[in-house]
Amino acid sequence: MAIVVVEVMPKKELLDPAGKAVANAIRRQGISSFTEVRIGKRFELNVVGEVTAEHLEQAKALAENLLSNGVIEDVIDIRVEDSPA
Amino acid sequence: MRVGVVTFPGSLDDRDALRAVRLAGGEPVALWHGEPDLKGVDALILPGGFSYGDYLRCGAIAAHSPIMAEVVDASHKGLPVLGICNGFQILVEAGLLPGGLIRNDHGDFVCRDQKLRVENTDTVWTSLYEHGQEITIPLKNGEGGFIADSETLRRIEGENLVAFRYLGVNPNGSLNDIAGLRNETGRIVGLMPHPEHAVEPGFGPDTDVAMKSGVDGLTIFASLLSQVVSQ
Repeated sequence: MAIVVVEVMPKKELLDPAGKAVANAIRRQGISSFTEVRIGKRFELNVVGEVTAEHLEQAKALAENLLSNGVIEDVIDIRVEDSPA
Repeated sequence: MRVGVVTFPGSLDDRDALRAVRLAGGEPVALWHGEPDLKGVDALILPGGFSYGDYLRCGAIAAHSPIMAEVVDASHKGLPVLGICNGFQILVEAGLLPGGLIRNDHGDFVCRDQKLRVENTDTVWTSLYEHGQEITIPLKNGEGGFIADSETLRRIEGENLVAFRYLGVNPNGSLNDIAGLRNETGRIVGLMPHPEHAVEPGFGPDTDVAMKSGVDGLTIFASLLSQVVSQ
């Protein structure tokens, strides 16, 4: 059993108000070592058996057409991981 | 003239949109997202709300629902389409209007009567407004910040695709104060504020004349009906 992981992040040049709110909460905890927080998404696509080239191709198409919106987000990574037991 | 309103799981303002069509003199037709059948309507409204709980991205899952393939196809053939709030988000997710809508820059949900300027009357949904007319209709959203890359923004301004602009304080950080867009043919319009909540005296925004008497939104629906009559 394996998963195809797709990671999506808001574009760097765009304001990420949710990330900013978390950054403020961190500062309120008295921690000043982190300058910025950005919040993205991790999708886990489960596969029965081995991950094939076809799976990866489908995941890539999905990542671009559905899982992300290229106007506001970037697909950061598509990779295979072992399914968590 | 028959005007369809599509209900998605999580739509909130479908009934108000149907009612606005009726008050403007049209025949409202309720459509369901799961049935890819537009029932021969002459125009279509994608209403406000939180389709699919705003999962993934606002409007993203609705943009891929069964009926939307029909809507995209019909809009390419000239079917007038209006997207209100979540409906506007669905239109940009479906690629029928440019740019994107993200969380308000201040992070808060906004609900208030909003002043707008009508920037373009060359659309089937705004033809009865006067160019530059100032109107007030309700605004209520958490993710209404309009964004686009600089090239797209230049094209939007260069081709006069801005239909409405916010007046006064920008409520959500939208670039160039953009509240609503039209497409190149003027048959597709999307906006974040809610014209369907300002269509009947006693239930609209306050005006200088009387409380809750604002009906500035009715002109959107009346514009559509006048277009079809004149064709």
